[in-house]
Amino acid sequence: MKLPPFEYACPASVAEAVALLASRPGEAKPIAGGQSLVPMLAFRLAAPALLVDLRKLADLRKIAIGADGVRLGATVRWRDIQDEAALGTAHPLLKAAIAHVAHYQVRNRGTVGGSLAHADPAAEMPGIAVTCEAEIAVAGPSGARNIRATDFFLGPLTTALALDEIIVEVRLPAWPARRRWGFHEFARRRGDFAMAGAAVFYDEADGKAANAHVGVIGVGDRPQRLAAVEAVLNGQPVDAATIARAEQAASATVEPQDDIHASAAYRRALVGTMVERALKAASA
Amino acid sequence: MPVEFEVNGRKVEVEVEPRLTLADCLRHHLRLTGTHVGCEHGVCGACTVIVDGAAVRSCLMLAVQADGAKVVTVEGLSRDDALTPLQAAFRRHHALQCGFCTPGMITTAHALLSEEPDADADRVREVLSGNLCRCTGYISIVEAVLDARSAYRKRQEGAPA
Repeated sequence: MKLPPFEYACPASVAEAVALLASRPGEAKPIAGGQSLVPMLAFRLAAPALLVDLRKLADLRKIAIGADGVRLGATVRWRDIQDEAALGTAHPLLKAAIAHVAHYQVRNRGTVGGSLAHADPAAEMPGIAVTCEAEIAVAGPSGARNIRATDFFLGPLTTALALDEIIVEVRLPAWPARRRWGFHEFARRRGDFAMAGAAVFYDEADGKAANAHVGVIGVGDRPQRLAAVEAVLNGQPVDAATIARAEQAASATVEPQDDIHASAAYRRALVGTMVERALKAASA
Repeated sequence: MPVEFEVNGRKVEVEVEPRLTLADCLRHHLRLTGTHVGCEHGVCGACTVIVDGAAVRSCLMLAVQADGAKVVTVEGLSRDDALTPLQAAFRRHHALQCGFCTPGMITTAHALLSEEPDADADRVREVLSGNLCRCTGYISIVEAVLDARSAYRKRQEGAPA
């Protein structure tokens, strides 16, 4: 369908963008790559009176890698993450997960901030942000604030971002070189939304897992960490027996719903398999 | 609002509503109807064009967002009356039937092979997964793209393709 009418502004600074959003309370929306928002417009799921384009905000396009971790600007595209060779060691889990985001053409325009703000429960970037305890830096009329990823996602397509705020960047904590990790997701067709997916990492001490983080996507109303599965892993060698227990714990913990793509029972089984495969990759 | 960008090497200026997609701008304002519009919500890939060197879905981009960009459509890929390597390969392999998806297949494959002339069958399949074809079953399309790689390798080495 053709898009509903709206006005359009293309500000040159974050402050100007925020002021534009605040000038039309509840009626304005930021647009970056538009890969989620434009379909929403086409389906009339969104009909903002004003779109504020973030494409001229050069500061938001940066990938910064430092001792404190990886900072991804809001308008960094999936393509930019794939092309940034340094992320292969600075954050291999991020890089592996992002390889699953959408199709070739969408990866050339879709952005980190757009995916976080859209908050699809099956999307990879929100899943990585929650799994890795990322912070999301936002700017609004009353200044900047940081929101923990776990507090940011409130439900399907619902976040803690105020209507007059924009995402500036997401900060992923530093990644130790020897950390073990795995990412696995299942979609019917490469690039489609995952029916379920799992991101896992842990550090090793004396051959046993420590600091285990297990996050899942596509099996609830938002990305979530599974504390029960992390408890199975911490303090244990990650061998076949531990992985089997982790798989069972994952299936037992999640509360998926039936939808047109899969039954709840199928998703429950699938998420266990995703955790199993991610852990096998991590421990290999 | 006024928008200026480059299409197939030619500067254009158009007056558009903000809600106009780049796809409709190309087709209706610039009469470049080679770009096809299928689903209009970013699923089918028929409207793929190349913006600043990257293949994008022109139904998911506003025309106003193309201001200052370099856009290449399927019309811009052939320079003279001869078939391009991709066109010739599509013909040789019967890689089209109704032809509706073909402009999107060609632009996507061109963007891919321009950057990755050694793409293997898995990579070609992965990239083309964003383009729907309801006729061919894809096998002939993948074969055609693989066949066209040699021309892109030569192009990269500097020889005329």
